[in-house]
Amino acid sequence: MWLRKVPLLLLLLLSGCGQQSAPVRVFAADSFPEHLSDWNLLRSDGRQLRLGSDVIPYDLNTPLFTDYALKLRAVYLPAGKPVTYREGQALDFPVGTVISKTFYYAVQDSSRVLKDAAAVSVDARRSLSLSDYRLLETRLLIRYDTGWRALPYVWNDAQTDASLEIAGALSQLEMADLDGSLQVFNYIIPDANQCAGCHAPNHSDKELSPIGPRVDQLNKFYNYDDGVDNQLSHWLKLGKLDRVPADLSLLPRRADWSDAAVSLERRARAYLDANCAHCHNPKGAADTSGLHLNIDARMDRNFGICKPPVAAGRGSGDRPYDIFPGRPDSSILLFRMQHSDPAIAMPELGRSLNHAEGAALIEEWIANMSGSC
Amino acid sequence: MKNYQKASLVLLMLSLLAGCSGKNSDSASTTPPDDGFQKELQTRLITAKSGDIITIPAGFHPINRGLSLNVSGVTIKGEGMDKSVLSFKGQVQGAEGLLVNASDFSISDLAIEDTRGDALKINEGSNIVIQRVRTEWTGGPKEENGAYGIYPVQTQNVLLEDCVAIGASDAGIYVGQSLNVIVRNNRAEFNVAGIEIENTIGADVYGNIATNNTGGILVFNMPDLPQEGHSARVFDNKVFANNTENFGAAGTPVSSVPAGSGIVINANDRVEIFANDIKDNNTANLIISSYYSTGFDSSIEVAENYDPYPETIFVYDNNFSGGGSAPDGLDLKALKVAMFGIGGSLPDILWDGYVNPANLDKDGLLRPEFAICVDNGSAQVLNADLANGSDNITVDGAQFHCTHKKLPPIVLPNLGG
Repeated sequence: MWLRKVPLLLLLLLSGCGQQSAPVRVFAADSFPEHLSDWNLLRSDGRQLRLGSDVIPYDLNTPLFTDYALKLRAVYLPAGKPVTYREGQALDFPVGTVISKTFYYAVQDSSRVLKDAAAVSVDARRSLSLSDYRLLETRLLIRYDTGWRALPYVWNDAQTDASLEIAGALSQLEMADLDGSLQVFNYIIPDANQCAGCHAPNHSDKELSPIGPRVDQLNKFYNYDDGVDNQLSHWLKLGKLDRVPADLSLLPRRADWSDAAVSLERRARAYLDANCAHCHNPKGAADTSGLHLNIDARMDRNFGICKPPVAAGRGSGDRPYDIFPGRPDSSILLFRMQHSDPAIAMPELGRSLNHAEGAALIEEWIANMSGSC
Repeated sequence: MKNYQKASLVLLMLSLLAGCSGKNSDSASTTPPDDGFQKELQTRLITAKSGDIITIPAGFHPINRGLSLNVSGVTIKGEGMDKSVLSFKGQVQGAEGLLVNASDFSISDLAIEDTRGDALKINEGSNIVIQRVRTEWTGGPKEENGAYGIYPVQTQNVLLEDCVAIGASDAGIYVGQSLNVIVRNNRAEFNVAGIEIENTIGADVYGNIATNNTGGILVFNMPDLPQEGHSARVFDNKVFANNTENFGAAGTPVSSVPAGSGIVINANDRVEIFANDIKDNNTANLIISSYYSTGFDSSIEVAENYDPYPETIFVYDNNFSGGGSAPDGLDLKALKVAMFGIGGSLPDILWDGYVNPANLDKDGLLRPEFAICVDNGSAQVLNADLANGSDNITVDGAQFHCTHKKLPPIVLPNLGG
């Protein structure tokens, strides 16, 4: 009698591995789990990565460059506590929010990562096929009543789970370019302190916060499993966003740095903000340099225009100014983007490779600037 | 039998559950190939609590990524600057060796070697004590060396003592944009700048040895920064034979410092230089200059509220000897030969001659409160008159004879005075 119940039970258990996932768990700040799977934000069986059913994937207009890694961003919002709209900084997320960012590459021959793969959204089943992609790390930002915490999780070889590595990690990868050329580089997973290196845009109070999910960055379309929608409208419809101005068409929108239809200046400033302004803002860790590259900064000397270096060391590259209008080859900003030596490279964290396309944008922008020094 | 079946069923269920949650993770491929020491140290720094003392045991510890500390109230202590060595020779990441973003921080008795960028940077914080730390690039002076050895910036109440800084391609000891600082009894050697105090308000620099640098001790002010500096006392130091060829990266402010500079005051105000032993610095034992002499030829005016002139400078009771015999740079070489002959020497003090037109009296001299005062025996000042294309180069001592009210000593509240 008892035995006859077994198949049913087994089925029930197996179905637990199917579409419906367990609800997200938010752990106390003193008991972070070793395994990413425990959060129920993402699940993987080694073949498919699936988003938890109660997280919302999202994208940014102009993201941070991270060694050509692709990124799957998703946010879990606690029930009944919407995000509060605000401009000029990240949205005000409620306590209990968990933001995850999974870094992955398209792969070739299972070991080689591809440089020129287009970022993919999760498909209609909210999943990612791991025969085509390799997961490297998932970073979490969790909102507690005492503030945000940042955690780095590193994916295992089997791609079945990621484990907490607060000291970060380093992985040597081989990257293939479109033309077949290969390049070996150090993919570096930041340690928990280095998370704060970017995610504490105010270096005096050192409060952690998200950087990407601002109104102007989220104001774009996303291909959801139930159709394409503007991300802010989508959140609004879900009841997840509060105090939004009535006319959505008037909300600020950040340029997509790669959109050739947009003016060079808007693209360049979007790029510099996303890649530099977490430190280079008037309250940031790099205010010591007096160089402010935030999107709302005035384009004056402190924006680098005709500004000589202060403590750039070899980063100055024998160039006179951060930005020399009309002369990219005399601009320190571009020099530092075009080098990967840690003594020279900017940004200091998050890249071992040069972002040729980003540098090309900045080069073209400076070349087309009027004025001189 | 039944029990056996039940047990195996439970096992089966457990393994299915495990399959769901993916608990069977094996060792991650991306775990660092690092030495365990590095990971352990960084973990201790990340998880540190206020009051912790993190010890660095004696030994040579290779580290390949930047270390950082974000928690206030932590002490890092080694077993000696020649015993506990953090070597960053194979560093692949990090603009610093150790980056500290915290207050109430003490570090002592260890060495940080061969970082790609800066060795020890402390960015914003109060009550910082750095003692018996050695920062060194072990391959000697080279342009590829990191910029700064010991680098507190935007800090206040800082004691930096008994340290050794060798081989920095910018400054061995560099205190930037700080408030209330004592730099004493350190040794700086084979750096471009031995000790540099920049945009700092209130610094006492004494008892140090600066030798074999390009420039021994620099007191600078740079434009476009959140804080402009003033009020530094540089005294009782030994600043000799700073004649190492300038190996700073071209384009950096220090790359304009001529080899053979003893003490350099640039664009800073209220600076007292006294009771130092300053000798055998081949360009000049003491240089007083404006921002206009640092090699930036921007046609754009310097920032509006920036003061590019050195003013209210007081030089007295120093022991000058030797020096000025082989100045660096063609202009100075020619000047020396023209004025003092092949075997002659430039005077002890070199001044570029730029003055703020707004601060002159009716005779065209700096008003007394802004004056460069030299009360130093027979020491003479060469005014290079660079502002006027060196039309009227003069050498004089008497003209600079004046005094200023002396600055009070720096008191560090964190050290009970």
